[in-house]
This record gives sequence, structure tokens and C-alpha cells, in this order.
Amino acid sequence: MALVAETVAEQNPSIDDVLKDSTEHNASGQDHTMVLNMGPQHPSTHGVLRLVLEIDGESVVKLAVDIGYLHTGIEKTCEAKFYQQVVPLTDRIDYLCPMTNNLCYCLAVEKLLGLEIPERAIYLRVLLNELTRLQSHLVWLGTHALDVGALTIFLYCFREREALLRIFENVAGQRMMTSYFRIGGVSLEPPLDFYQQVQDFLNLMPSRIQQYEEMLNANPIWMGRLKGVGYLSPADAIALGVTGPPLRASGVDWDLRRDMPYCGYEKFQFKVPTSDVGDVWARYRVRMDEMRESVKICQQALDGLPEGRIVADAPKIILPDREQMKTQMESLIHHFKIVTEGFGVPAGQVFQAVESPRGEMGYYVVSDGTAKPYRVHMRNPSYATLQALETMCKGRLLADVVAVIGSIDIVLGEIDR
Amino acid sequence: MYDPASAVTGKEAVFSAHPEEPAVKALESLAVDAKFDRNELTIEVAPENIVAATTAVKESGYNFLEDVTCVDWYPSEPRFQVTYHILSHSLKRRVRLVARLVGDGAAINTITSVWPSANFYEREVFDLFGVHFGGHPNLTRIMMPTDWQGHPLRKDYPVEGYR
Repeated sequence: MALVAETVAEQNPSIDDVLKDSTEHNASGQDHTMVLNMGPQHPSTHGVLRLVLEIDGESVVKLAVDIGYLHTGIEKTCEAKFYQQVVPLTDRIDYLCPMTNNLCYCLAVEKLLGLEIPERAIYLRVLLNELTRLQSHLVWLGTHALDVGALTIFLYCFREREALLRIFENVAGQRMMTSYFRIGGVSLEPPLDFYQQVQDFLNLMPSRIQQYEEMLNANPIWMGRLKGVGYLSPADAIALGVTGPPLRASGVDWDLRRDMPYCGYEKFQFKVPTSDVGDVWARYRVRMDEMRESVKICQQALDGLPEGRIVADAPKIILPDREQMKTQMESLIHHFKIVTEGFGVPAGQVFQAVESPRGEMGYYVVSDGTAKPYRVHMRNPSYATLQALETMCKGRLLADVVAVIGSIDIVLGEIDR
Repeated sequence: MYDPASAVTGKEAVFSAHPEEPAVKALESLAVDAKFDRNELTIEVAPENIVAATTAVKESGYNFLEDVTCVDWYPSEPRFQVTYHILSHSLKRRVRLVARLVGDGAAINTITSVWPSANFYEREVFDLFGVHFGGHPNLTRIMMPTDWQGHPLRKDYPVEGYR
């Protein structure tokens, strides 16, 4: 059922509305509802999400979302930094997929500059971006299963995630806040054992995905908690700004990697898994299939990785090689200028969107011609998807709210920024 | 590198360069200015026409509202630039609508009747910029505490806050 104008006014009510409604219901003497506060410190809210629910028995009558507990003003901080200094800030927005944030920001600034990126950097970016997607989906699967009572799978998922974090540490020197992508390319040439390490992981991963499915697919509790829960129609999904796996699980065949390719994704062959069912189970299936496709993309990127430079040839924008800096006067001057006064970016505004593990992540960067961004705005997938939570939960059981939150895979860091 | 001469500015120039573009056709009468830069189409409309403009764009095939945000051009006037990014799943393209508001009592109508997803985006702009959205179902602060004074993303608000 599509949303109509009258229901829009009732979408996503404020906390006061929920409290007022509950008082009115109880005063009528016929309805007996109660108000339940869930979070911000609640293990199944994946961070500091607070929900205020009006419940009638065990079914949800009304639901209000309260966010902002993690708001650190990253958008404001960006305005006070040079363009290259914003990259480490983007890691902290969605801490489960730091490389996707890096990628999106770098692509936006490169679009403003009109910078051409060498082929090798493009392949490395795609490879690491897909490994990040796998890493993020592993955390999603582990915690989602944990929320609905399947404890074992969490440990299996984190075993593979550990292997991925070791790869990230090897290539970027950091496990989570990698800041590996830079404006114009990537920061370092990967170490020699990196390729074998990734290959070993890719050889292992398909059988591990199989293993997770063997544990879950025929599990009666898992099926009972997921099937038919949290239905979202395609029309509602589009109206409420839902993107990524929840959108594809509702039957809308849309993936930015395939439909509006960025960063060389048009060179890779992969399928976009979809489902028409639109419930929590469909989202689980879509993400599992997506992990298999990510492994395929990684393999293609690793096999096709060309030789060459890892950064664009733009000495006024990209920090020079350390060795050159010690021997060449010009490199030393460029280094000094970039570090002390940044680099000017031609005035204009761009919007760059990428497919993050949670959906469409977009960076809107406005430049006024100086070395600091005039405005950086992030369009984050979880923030928009959270608006659909009420539609998915209304009239359902309270316990289903937990399953639905797990299925939309929210990260509070990117919701609050 | 980017060449500033590649940008097409002005309503006349952009609309004659992209006559087949559905958003251009839909906004023939409503647009006041336009720009085509870095492969991105920006169309400016008058703030009072924003609901009509978004409805027209939606009917022309741009079905998905990606984002609503704001840029503060303080101290120049009109100060606020409310920006709408709208995507088309069938055309695989996006269009940017822009409305400029004067700083004193900045207000624009809500587009939640066109796309319900505008709800949270507009609340964020209200919270961080102090732009009022007329007819919004639940216009309250979303990021900052409810008793917060001021709007942090305005350019006259210090980065480190008031101490």
C-alpha cells in the first residue's frame, strides 16, 4: 500500500505526540496502551538509538525515533579543515565502512578538481571497497543474528572479519580508521604479501558464506523471527528514501555500482541480487548473495590489477614521494605548500553518490575556490532508512522491532554525524 | 584538470543545450536560473514555487528524493541556498533544485507531501540552519538537544561553539 497524503502527516511522530496519544487512549477508558522507552543504552539498538513506543499489549501502536546522541558536528569541522585533512574525518562517520566514506569524499573532490586517477589506483580502490563491504556485512550478520538469539554465528563472522582487518592493517597501517584513499589515488603501495593474503581470503570466503547459511537457513527460530516480519512495499521504500539492500529486497532493482558506475565499476561483471518479498528474510537473502558477488568483484580486481602509478600526476595537489622530497627542491616546495596552505579547488558544487554496504552514500561538496571546503554534506543511507522503521514496525510485535532494526543495518555514527 | 569555461550558465543557455531533458521540459516556466557544470544540472526556482517545482520534476520521471540540505552564503544575501537532489531510477540521472532564501525569517514550504522522506532531511536543515519549513508535520530539532540555542551550521556560528 502506498502512502497517501493523510498518512504522511502521521509519519515519524515526535516523542510528545506518542506520549499525548497514549494519554488520550488511556483516558478514553477503552484502550489500554503503555509507553515504553527503548534505548539509548540498549544492546539491540546498535549504538545510541532511542525509540519511544506506544504499545497495546505486545503490538506497536506508535513509534518515535530519537537520534542525535552521537552528533559531533563533523560537517562543521570539515569546513575548518583543508581538503586533504577531511579524509580522516570521513572514516569516523560510518565506522563499519571507512573506505567507502573515503572513496565517496575523494571522488567528490576529484570531480571538483577534474582529476584523472590512474588505473592501478582505481583497481585498488574497488578491491578494498568490496573487502570493506564484506567486512561490514559480516558485522551486520553477526549482530543481527545475536539480536534475534543466534549466538554462535557472531563468533564465526568475527573470525572472518578479523582476517579482513588484518588485511586492512597490512595495507593501511590501521585496522578500522584506515584513511587509505587520498585525493588523487591511494596513500601507499600495498606490501608484497598483500596479494597472497587477499587471495587466501578470497579462496576461503565462499565456503565460509556457505557455512553461515548452513547454520541459519534451516534454523526454525531464525526463520520464525525473520519470515513475514517488517514488510516494506516498493512504493513505500522509494517514498521514504530507502536505499541499498532493503530497497532491493523490496523488489526495486537499483544498484549505483551497475546503474550509475563510478570509480571504474563498469569494468567489472557482477549480478545485483534482488527479492520481491520485502520482509526481513528477503533483506537477509539479498545481503548474503551480495557477499558472494563482492567476492567475485574482488577476484576480478585482484586478477586485473595493472602496474603503474598509485596517484595522479598532479604535484600541486598530491604530496610528493618521500625520497624525491629529500633530493629535489621542487618537491620540497610542493610538500611545504600543500601541508601549510593546502591547495585551491575551483569554485562549484558536486554531488557524488556511491553504493555503501547500507545503501546510497552521497557527498555534497561546495567549493568557493579556496583551500577549505565551503560546505560538506553527507547523505547517509541509515539516516534515510530509519524513517521507514515506523512503517515496518506498526501493528507488529515488540520483539519484531529488534529484528527489523537488525535488518536495516543501522550505524549510529553515520546517522548522527 | 577542470576547465571553468566548460560550465554552461544561465537559463537560456542551459535550456537550449538540453532541450530533451525531462526536468528542463517540466520546469520551463518555473525556473529562474540554471547551470550545467561538471555533468551536473542545477536548476534554481523561486522559494514560493518549490512544491510545484518538485511535483513537476517528480511527474517528469525523477522519482527518488536523495537529499535536502542547505548552504549558508553569509554575509551575502539571499543567504540560504536550500538544495534538493533528485534521482531518476529510469533515466539514471539526477537533477539539483535550488531555492535561495533571505536570512531574515528564512522560510520555505515543506515537500513532505511530495516525498515523505523529506521529513528527516528538512528537520535537519531546520535544526542546523534555522530555516523554517511551512506545513512540516513535526518540525523539531533532530541532532541537537531540544533546548539548544542557535543553529550550529550557520557561518556566523563559531566552529568551537560559544564558550
